[in-house]
Amino acid sequence: MASNPDTKIQGGLLGWVDARFPLSQMWNEHLAQYYAPKNFNFWYFFGSLALLVLVIQIVSGIFLTMFYKPDAELAFASVEYIMRDVEWGWLIRYMHSTGASMFFVVVYLHMFRALMYGSYKKPRELIWIFGVLIYLVLMAEAFAGYLLPWGQMSYWGAQVIVNLFQTIPYIGPDLVTWIRGDFLLSDATLNRFFALHVIALPLVLILLVAAHIIALHEVGSNNPDGINIKENKDENGIPKDGIPFHPYYSVKDLVGVGVFLMVFAVIMFFFPTGGGLFLKPDNMIPADPLVTPDLIPPVWYFTSMYSVLRSVPDPFLGVVAMGAAVMMLFFIPWLDRNPVLSMRYRSFAAKFNLGVFVVAFVILGWLGLQQATTEVSEMSLRWSTVYFAFFFLLWFLSKERSVVFSLIAFAVVVGIYTIYDILRFDPSDASLIMWSWLIPTVYLFVTMVAPAFARGLGRDRAVPERVTS
Amino acid sequence: MKTLIATTFLAAAALFTVPAASAAGGSGELQKANIDVTDQAALQRGANLYMNYCMGCHSTEYMRYNRVARDIGLTDQHMEDNFIFITDEDGDPVGVGSLMKNAMGEAYGEEAFGVVPPDLTMTTRIHGEDWVYTFLKSFYVDESRPLGANNTQFSNVGMPHILWELQGWQEKVVDEDGNERLELVRSGKMTPSEYDRAVRDIVTYLSYMGEPMQLDRQRIGLYVLIFLGIFTILAYFLKKEYWKDVH
Repeated sequence: MASNPDTKIQGGLLGWVDARFPLSQMWNEHLAQYYAPKNFNFWYFFGSLALLVLVIQIVSGIFLTMFYKPDAELAFASVEYIMRDVEWGWLIRYMHSTGASMFFVVVYLHMFRALMYGSYKKPRELIWIFGVLIYLVLMAEAFAGYLLPWGQMSYWGAQVIVNLFQTIPYIGPDLVTWIRGDFLLSDATLNRFFALHVIALPLVLILLVAAHIIALHEVGSNNPDGINIKENKDENGIPKDGIPFHPYYSVKDLVGVGVFLMVFAVIMFFFPTGGGLFLKPDNMIPADPLVTPDLIPPVWYFTSMYSVLRSVPDPFLGVVAMGAAVMMLFFIPWLDRNPVLSMRYRSFAAKFNLGVFVVAFVILGWLGLQQATTEVSEMSLRWSTVYFAFFFLLWFLSKERSVVFSLIAFAVVVGIYTIYDILRFDPSDASLIMWSWLIPTVYLFVTMVAPAFARGLGRDRAVPERVTS
Repeated sequence: MKTLIATTFLAAAALFTVPAASAAGGSGELQKANIDVTDQAALQRGANLYMNYCMGCHSTEYMRYNRVARDIGLTDQHMEDNFIFITDEDGDPVGVGSLMKNAMGEAYGEEAFGVVPPDLTMTTRIHGEDWVYTFLKSFYVDESRPLGANNTQFSNVGMPHILWELQGWQEKVVDEDGNERLELVRSGKMTPSEYDRAVRDIVTYLSYMGEPMQLDRQRIGLYVLIFLGIFTILAYFLKKEYWKDVH
């Protein structure tokens, strides 16, 4: 830690503090002398916005905790008490429920940014790993929080997800009893989920966010060009394409905060239920263990993973597939070995791969909200195949492949799911199975076979020396 | 990349158009309730009807009498004199600050109707205003049911046609095209249009009941948006000023 000579000679209160605590040093390292690339675009707002939402959730959560009662007999009524009798209680509660959904919106866009500009690649692998851990903890946090209002959807949604562990061979049933703390989802479960939601998981979340930011500031920020700005420094050792985070990005992020809060306010004040996506109508009915709702879809931010789960007929393998869908994210830095970071300079095939991945994620999310008909299950299977193939393609597109290798790899991948199609073939769904077979196949053809023959489709472009605007 | 982003947002927008599901299901088209929760007279008429016809079985136990009085333009005295019909354990009238429970026990409710009549504080949030409106207009004579009435919106519902003396009785008829519809065979105290208004008033009151702060939040939301708009414009010019020297 090279301390800045300027901070040593300060007198007054700041000097007194600095002699005892590295206040100025921390301010400089993380804000005033943290040099960020000058070409951040729209996608770079979502990191600071995620931090803002975290603060909103913690502050609104503290106030909710003052009035909420974690007791199966009282929980539902205490939420309505907050909505009706507590001064501004409705505002605090809608802020928290809107914040939960907006947290995922912001985090998904933030993750997409990382995929688009290769922010997970060397030397930022650990930032990515911390980020995926944050995503995992956030899912657990959201899941625990969703049980607390103790409405029908809280109860049955938690029932479905807790019962996933039941499918694990041998230990499943005992494990589920251990998680619930009872033989059914009950007051004991509500109490422990409350403890996890307000203490355990937020603590882990804050620590992980700190680690995420410290790791980022150690290696420096990536940018839309994917160029390492530290390779071009001036005589003072300052990156030529870098500008101090404060004041440049602090004022720029202020604009992002303004726009984001307007979106947030429109939802919170005018569409707090998000058309039934953020707060479900059935959750206005108190939890009733004896009445199962017709349709128990998870909240929208889990539905993509839920579709992956439903696409596999065997329950345990479905759970494994769903777990794998999330765990695959950890391996991205080592799957994608292409030296070019930013999609701007990647080949058409790489851009297409990422684009189709986003489409698959959104379609799976929509499918997860639907009743599981034959068509919905079939589409879930096809788009889940595309979802997993994306990770294989990340590796495959790491370099230009020969014609022979491309064809063999294509044949093997298509062969795997085609054999599965033949095994599960059902004459009554013949046309559905056959036409939907084209979804992953066309995708794989464009990303694997086409570039082998039309070389332009698979060729990355030269990365410029310095950042462009 | 631009088209990719646009496609993503379009798909996300499509997700948001998923309609709020009507939980209890039902057949046929919903009729539009067309309510106006700012209409205090409708709220007062709705409260009057609700307290007299519905409250005996259906509590609104998350809400307090005096809050309703304040919001729909009545005094606490009005409330106590006209709308509080029940007493507490000691036989005294319940206070105006109490939750709006009723005297029907669960065991009695189950015995009388087969199912405990649900609390209706949030019924419009669960089913939607149009569903409740249509439901209250869809009772018809059905001798096979224990209480003599059935409902096209909620078949074999346990609830009797409590508003029969207002609406009269409908029968289910099948016209020459094979379409089922309800026809008024015995008129009640109200004409069909008066009855529509009465049902609309009840739904207005229940919509208010589901989210009593709904008007507040929209009014406050507007001021918040104006503030944020000004904040964002100022932040934008501040950013422009700072960024002048970045090339």
